[in-house]
Amino acid sequence: MNKISTSRIDSLKNDTLTRDSAGLTAKDSPNNLIIKMINVNKWYGPLHVLKDINLEVAQSEKIVVCGPSGSGKSTLIRCLNRLEAHQKGEIFVDGIELHDHMENVDIIRRDVGMVFQQFNLFPHLTVIENIIAAPVWVRKIPRSEAYETAIELLERVKIPEQANKYPSQLSGGQQQRVAIARSLAMQPKIMLFDEPTSALDPEMISEVLDVMIELAESGMTMICVTHEMGFAREVANRVVFMDEGQIIEQNDPGEFFDNPQSPRTKLFLDQIIAH
Amino acid sequence: MYKDTVIDKKLVHQPKFIGVFFGVWFVTFFVFDLGGSIFGQFLAPVIGDPATSGLYGRFVVAFVLGFFLTLNIFAIGFLPTQRQSLVVWIELAICFVGGFHIFNLSLEFIQSKIWFLISRGLFTTIYVSVISIIFAFIVAMIGAIAKLSGNGFAMGIANFYTSLLRALPLLLLLFLVYLGLPQTGYVIDAVPAGILALTLNYGAYMTEVFRGGIESIPPGQWEAARSLGFTFGPTMRRVILPQAIPIIIPPTGNMFISMLKDSSLVSVIGVWELMFMARTLGQKTFQHMEMLITVAMVYWVLTIVLEIFQRRLEKHYSTVKETKE
Repeated sequence: MNKISTSRIDSLKNDTLTRDSAGLTAKDSPNNLIIKMINVNKWYGPLHVLKDINLEVAQSEKIVVCGPSGSGKSTLIRCLNRLEAHQKGEIFVDGIELHDHMENVDIIRRDVGMVFQQFNLFPHLTVIENIIAAPVWVRKIPRSEAYETAIELLERVKIPEQANKYPSQLSGGQQQRVAIARSLAMQPKIMLFDEPTSALDPEMISEVLDVMIELAESGMTMICVTHEMGFAREVANRVVFMDEGQIIEQNDPGEFFDNPQSPRTKLFLDQIIAH
Repeated sequence: MYKDTVIDKKLVHQPKFIGVFFGVWFVTFFVFDLGGSIFGQFLAPVIGDPATSGLYGRFVVAFVLGFFLTLNIFAIGFLPTQRQSLVVWIELAICFVGGFHIFNLSLEFIQSKIWFLISRGLFTTIYVSVISIIFAFIVAMIGAIAKLSGNGFAMGIANFYTSLLRALPLLLLLFLVYLGLPQTGYVIDAVPAGILALTLNYGAYMTEVFRGGIESIPPGQWEAARSLGFTFGPTMRRVILPQAIPIIIPPTGNMFISMLKDSSLVSVIGVWELMFMARTLGQKTFQHMEMLITVAMVYWVLTIVLEIFQRRLEKHYSTVKETKE
């Protein structure tokens, strides 16, 4: 059901071409599309890392992006909050087009949370200060109010007792949960996860995935680059498979895992399930 | 730094080494006849008048000196490493200070001038250095941020500044400021001129140090801050600088030690700091050495104090942060 036919992409593309950069409105997107990528291309020098990417994500949809390393999956989600710039094509996030002369990229970034493989917590701030940093300094929310929200978030990620520690005193799994709480503190509309469990010891993976599952159940729009296929099966509405900068296949998890269409998908699935 | 855990046999306790060590020093002392020095006088009871003792005196002096030197390192060899280093340091200091003996310094003269020298000169040296390092810190911070801002104008100005100011010798810059500015209508006193020159010069060097410090913060910190909606300024102020400052403070301490001595250059435009006092106080009675050596010692003591302070600073910033209450 989530498989997108090329004709539909074309129609979407024609749609957007007639609009100015104000982008999508609710009326224009019957499915409540929150992300739309149209023929997105990106190069690192001569290296073509994203090739004609077409992807649309509806509100509350959970998407897992997988693929071999170097397939461009991280680059893809980093383009969505413009940590990376694309050179060709169009990206709409929450109705705003991301392009070179975009003044309001910081507005988009406030609404798009991102969780990194290496956590990237601020080491000079305590856990609670990490979480209230952006609400207080970016959104200008009163400190006491931000503090209350932060405590709630820490309870949600199940580490309220670590509030006054520094990140270096926490385990990897705890740090990643703080990173998720820090992103959630900005009340984002979309959460991007860039291999959130890849840097973790095996016994800590599930505590992070539990938090992500809870988040998915709450209705958050999520795009996760991950190798956790169990998570994909359980949570994702759609699995997107990438290889060599292209989207090879996308399907709902049941179909994707049990009945892969492309030989490359089959090969990839064989390799990760083999061990 | 990695310290090897393998312990070698102590070199200073091996007979071969001791033999060679003694031999080398014996020959050295023998060749540079030390009979006429203070050592000859010490050994007068044995060798008689050093001047007439001839080859025998030379031999005895060289032998005794070589023997005590060898005994010294043999004894030091038994101490733990830290103590060894301390004892050697102190012995060298004693030898160095003892060496001033050959100048026949008038201690009386030094005593009569030293308080004036310190109260007047030391104070000026320190306050010129402190004010300059504070200004240089600010200039360097602005310069480094400008260089990393991605703004073409800011980068251009900062690059021009560091390129020019690092090229000019401090002494030349000092004259340009002190003699040049009045020609444009701004008459400037010696002290502000000195502070300005030191600030500009050290600011340029420190800009590069600060830029390096800021660049050493992992890009993930930028990405995390930017993805939370922080713009360039707040990212710098709230995320990057708090992490970069502990990295750039120790080299700033090093710069300060260096500046303390470069501040002696401002004596040429007549600022009454340590160096100026040393030259003028000794001049009247041609007792230059007394004052120069005294000032050298003052600089040394000052630097030792600052080194200890800097080491504390480094330690403070390198310790892992504990739980905040």
